[in-house]
Amino acid sequence: MKQYVMGNGAIALGALTAGVGLVAGYPGTPSSEIIETISKAPHEGVHLEWSVNEKAALEVAVAAAYSGVRSMVTMKQMGLNVASDPLMSVAYLGVKGGLVIVSADDPGPISSQTEQDTRRFADFCRIPVFDPASPEEAYGMIQEAFAYSEKYGTPVLFRPTTRVCHAYAAIEAPDHFAPRPAEGFVRDPSRWVIFPRLSYMNHAKMEKRNAEISKDFSSFRFNTAEGNPSEKAVVASGVSYAYVKECLKGHEDVRLVRIATAFPFPEDFVLQALRGVKKVLCIEELSPYVEEQILKTAGKHHLDLTVSGKLDGSVPHNGENSVELCSDILDRFLGIRTKLEQVDISDAPALPVRPPVLCAGCPHRASFYAVKQAMKGKKAVFCGDIGCYTLGNAMPLDMVDTCLCMGAGITMAQGFDYTNPDTVCFAFTGDSTFFASGITGVVNAVYNGANIILCVLDNSTTAMTGHQPHPGTGRNMMGSPVEKVHIEKVLEGIGVRKILTVDPLQLEDSIRAVQECLPEPGVRAIIFRSPCVALAKPENKMAVDPAKCISCKKCIREIGCPALVTEGGKVKIERNLCAGCGLCSCICPVGAIGGEQK
Amino acid sequence: MNKDILICGVGGQGTVLASKIIAASAMEEGHPVHSAETIGMAQRGGSVTSHVRIGADAFAPMIPFGSAGLLLAFEPGEAVRNLKYLRKGGLAVVNTAITKPVTESLKESGYSGKVMAEYLERKCACIFVDAEEACKPFGSTRFFNIILLGVAAGSGHLGIRKETVLKQIEKYVPPKYLEINTRAFEAGIKIAESETAK
Repeated sequence: MKQYVMGNGAIALGALTAGVGLVAGYPGTPSSEIIETISKAPHEGVHLEWSVNEKAALEVAVAAAYSGVRSMVTMKQMGLNVASDPLMSVAYLGVKGGLVIVSADDPGPISSQTEQDTRRFADFCRIPVFDPASPEEAYGMIQEAFAYSEKYGTPVLFRPTTRVCHAYAAIEAPDHFAPRPAEGFVRDPSRWVIFPRLSYMNHAKMEKRNAEISKDFSSFRFNTAEGNPSEKAVVASGVSYAYVKECLKGHEDVRLVRIATAFPFPEDFVLQALRGVKKVLCIEELSPYVEEQILKTAGKHHLDLTVSGKLDGSVPHNGENSVELCSDILDRFLGIRTKLEQVDISDAPALPVRPPVLCAGCPHRASFYAVKQAMKGKKAVFCGDIGCYTLGNAMPLDMVDTCLCMGAGITMAQGFDYTNPDTVCFAFTGDSTFFASGITGVVNAVYNGANIILCVLDNSTTAMTGHQPHPGTGRNMMGSPVEKVHIEKVLEGIGVRKILTVDPLQLEDSIRAVQECLPEPGVRAIIFRSPCVALAKPENKMAVDPAKCISCKKCIREIGCPALVTEGGKVKIERNLCAGCGLCSCICPVGAIGGEQK
Repeated sequence: MNKDILICGVGGQGTVLASKIIAASAMEEGHPVHSAETIGMAQRGGSVTSHVRIGADAFAPMIPFGSAGLLLAFEPGEAVRNLKYLRKGGLAVVNTAITKPVTESLKESGYSGKVMAEYLERKCACIFVDAEEACKPFGSTRFFNIILLGVAAGSGHLGIRKETVLKQIEKYVPPKYLEINTRAFEAGIKIAESETAK
């Protein structure tokens, strides 16, 4: 059946076609839709889960792979940092059933904290990596990834990038899927129990095997050479290959080499493809990984080859590539013209900037505002975390002082407490982040006697990545009802003495809750609970009474809700955006904002 | 047929549905189609684009600058921002009603739809539609994406038959809103026809 799907959907369908039997992951842009596609695909007997974090997901999948089941784990590139502990070890032990770890990189970065490169991680762990250039390729390549994983008994990495994950294409896939039958776990402590001696033995085997895989990859169908051999050649990988292809329309004679398997590097293939070439330009995103391998190969074989790319400044180190960027670089390198004529917009009027903001009616806005009001004039540090609520940093709320990585807000608040004794230290964490990596931080705080106020912004979903369920929602990935893990009970069990739960849309109650926590020592927790506005239907809308409004714009200056706009100097509420949360009505000094008259 | 269509606007305006319907319609007529969407943090009130690429030799997931034959802009400032995608001789279908970002409400810079429209008119062929005005008969601006699709289909620059688009609208909108969406689509076609007649 032909389906029009996102790159992530193509990865999902490819894994199902390969007979995957277990898929686990943690949501993260640009990878989240892989698991969601599988949940909607017609399959029987595939275990599917949103794990609490990437480390848990990989460990679940490792056991399945030990049992001979083809298994897949999905995450964004920083999730791989969380999963790196089991990943490094399983790289030494190997697998029985195919194990594919999908780690989606995010050049730009568009929705990430770092521009790290999963291909380098593959080299670091000494396991193969696959790098598709389009959704169509991703569908076929992930099936190959499973086959290679099983053939060499090793976990493999699969690394799409944002533009591949989020591109749509038509994919021809089967109508129904079932996992490949598996033998089950066979006890063998000499194989599955990691000890220094075993790692020492396996290390040698891994390097020997990687040399074999390098030869095998030299005939891999996605490592390709096009055009005619000449003095100059272009090497590209990932989506940059698609950009270069787009630019070279009409210049098909240019030698274009594409590397889809950066590690183990297909050296024989590259030597063959670059025979007679004197100058090579490497176009890739993130790190100059392929470029370095070509330099290494050139040195090893004493090739008379000049290598250009990120290392000589021809290609930028940071940011994502594009057709336009590649076009400029190619034109300089090849002395051709690939650029299309464009409308000149150098004289365009100034355009408004549109930074992402919390949605109109978002309960996080109310939570931040309550804490801000309660702490007016007091010395405080506000540790943020990863999720929609990172947007609490935007003006006018300006309520995020730090943001590092998943769960760090809670532990960093402790560090600030130890070193800034006159400061009240707050940690803001979302409900999904709390379960992913917040709980150990709370244990650490209680154990080490930290004085912090933990604010759990509980909107009962993983909102930023597209509303995935988590342990606190009482639903699992397949939508089945499950036992809810209660945040209050978890905190109680850890030994947090003061736990308050409030509705952030009740401004007075929320401010009072913060004030109540202030004089007490130790770990105090406030759970601000109100559902994500994107999921809850508004019951009413707010409206400004123009007769009462004095145009002081306090509402706009204090909370910056996107539904509050000015029109001819007067404040107006955009009906289409208003979610009826009523926060603005609590702020208006003259009571000009109220529920709409029905 | 090779055609690039860029759809742009602000997160939440219904650009994704419009892009899905265009892609499905082109496929229905037997063309290979690729598209790409803005997903993630930028969806929260930020600038969003959908790139629809029809034809066999579209390699890049996104439209190269200077290649789009049609620009469907749900917001006039976004039309200007994305004008670089339009090829010479291409058409821009533009909503003249602006969406003010929070930054604009906090500190007014005088951002105006009129200024944007005047600039666009100097730069390319345009069909302007005022979303609020066009949506009045339908009681809500959420039908605007379908009206704009109608304008695109009626302009002749979409390269897809109106009937094919309507058939896909039937597939994508809930049955109880089909009648009103059909009327919205037809209203869009009328706008395009009266513009072309001018």
